[in-house]
Amino acid sequence: MSVKIKALTKSLWVFHLSTASCNNCDIEILDLLTPRHDVERFGILLVGSIRHADVLLVTGILNKQCKPIVKKMYDQMPKPGFVIAVGTCTAGRGMFSNTYMVDEAEPLDKVLPVDAYIPGCPPKPEAIIDGIVKLVKAKGK
Amino acid sequence: MSHKVTIPIGPYHPLQEEPEFYKLVVDGERVVDIDVRIGWNHRGIEKLSESKSFDQSAYLVERICGICSTSHPIAFVNAVEDIDEMEVPERALYIRTITGELERLHSHMLWLGLAGHFLGYNTVFMWAWRYREPILDVLEAISGNRNNYAMMKPGGVRRDIDNSEIPYYKKVINDELLPAVEMFKGAVLDDPVLAARLKGVGVLKHEDAVDYSVLGPTARASGYDIDVRRDEPYAAYDRVDWKVILQYEGDVFAKAVIRILEMFESIKILNQCFDKLPAGPIDCKPKHISPGDGIGHHEAPRGEVIHIVRSDGTNRPVRHKVRAPTFMNFPSFKKTVVGETISDATIILAAIDPCYCCTERLTAIDHKKNNIVCGAERLIHLSQHKTWDLGKSMGFSDSELTKKMGRKIE
Ligand code: SF4
Repeated sequence: MSVKIKALTKSLWVFHLSTASCNNCDIEILDLLTPRHDVERFGILLVGSIRHADVLLVTGILNKQCKPIVKKMYDQMPKPGFVIAVGTCTAGRGMFSNTYMVDEAEPLDKVLPVDAYIPGCPPKPEAIIDGIVKLVKAKGK
Repeated sequence: MSHKVTIPIGPYHPLQEEPEFYKLVVDGERVVDIDVRIGWNHRGIEKLSESKSFDQSAYLVERICGICSTSHPIAFVNAVEDIDEMEVPERALYIRTITGELERLHSHMLWLGLAGHFLGYNTVFMWAWRYREPILDVLEAISGNRNNYAMMKPGGVRRDIDNSEIPYYKKVINDELLPAVEMFKGAVLDDPVLAARLKGVGVLKHEDAVDYSVLGPTARASGYDIDVRRDEPYAAYDRVDWKVILQYEGDVFAKAVIRILEMFESIKILNQCFDKLPAGPIDCKPKHISPGDGIGHHEAPRGEVIHIVRSDGTNRPVRHKVRAPTFMNFPSFKKTVVGETISDATIILAAIDPCYCCTERLTAIDHKKNNIVCGAERLIHLSQHKTWDLGKSMGFSDSELTKKMGRKIE
């Protein structure tokens, strides 16, 4: 298992799932791919299907509509894989903690095993890169 | 015999933005019907706002949409100020205009990039997003955050602009951004392939634009002359000189033209605001909001956003209603997409600049056999391929097209 994980950290393929988010986190993630930050230098690639991904990047709160889908997505991800919670919404729901979707809306870690949290509303692209680097360092030992 | 196939688009998509769900019904290559289901992103913001004070609600509405993250607060504070007819300090009005226009610039850049991507012009995507960064730098210098600026509050703005930094802002806008926008104007509008690809595609006629009450660039591209910045000025829009851009064709090309030319107007507005920025306080510090109703609006990059706030004299709104522009622009798909081909559907859906990367998760399903015939990447590929073929038929060589589009499309 650990060899597999070590191999995984050499080139992370990321699938980005936007649940009920406000887009900002999503735009910052997309921003990572564009010339100023260009994470493809590090082998990080945004892929179009969860079945090709090593990392599930989740943004936004989980409302009634999203929760079952997030679980389904995670089940489809090839294991071992990582889950990264981007933004305050996913980590602790931030200012949305008291919506009437609250019975169902939970922080992501109640639903999936989260490997890394990247706080911020939205986190800066530098912060996202930092988070991924820390994750890679921790897992790649 | 016709054989209709339904293509569900969304609701979850890998690229970005909110989940939305479209259902395209196609017959062969022609789209015959479209249906939209919204509500995937429901977070109960209107209700939540009733539990927050007026100052807190300004933060909340900022999080309705990340790209319009200053449009909603501007509309909201306009609504709250409308209740009491507050006298907002001049400097605050100018700062509002500055943030509003910077946001329009970055939003239009973002649209341009993604539209380029859908057509196979990945170079445009990368360049547009590269030149979006200086705008975000300016916003960060002004507000402290790249997105979600937290600048607005009822009665004024939260942060002042440091006068000594204005030369830097102007330098970024005039020396970095302006040449970039000029470049895009040349690269996009004078490109024969793009013109052939986009002209006459997804036409929204003037009557239809009026019937469907579309807003923003979608309306202005059909010759429907509305812009609330001019029609009912707020902030400092009546104190600066600018003009509303109009096009009459109503096709995707016209929408691109509108957005590119609007960027020039935004730069014009910004320069004037920075020059004229009056001294004085930035906040009139309202002590309380009297009972009553207020309506506020703002011309967001996608069209007019309206907020209606009712106060009962306490520190919270008792009712807060939000109407976002995409809500009005959605139904116009019935007129624009129906009758076009699948390869054009992606760019037409993107043309109103909805929360649009839904199109990234297009999957065609054969209704009867229920098997997937056409995935997301396939549909974008179809769109990019059409551009390539068109270029070839116009006499461009492989190498010229590869240079234009950034890569070869097989
Ligand atoms: S954390 Fe902030 S920026 Fe990210 S989705 Fe939530 S509200 Fe938007």
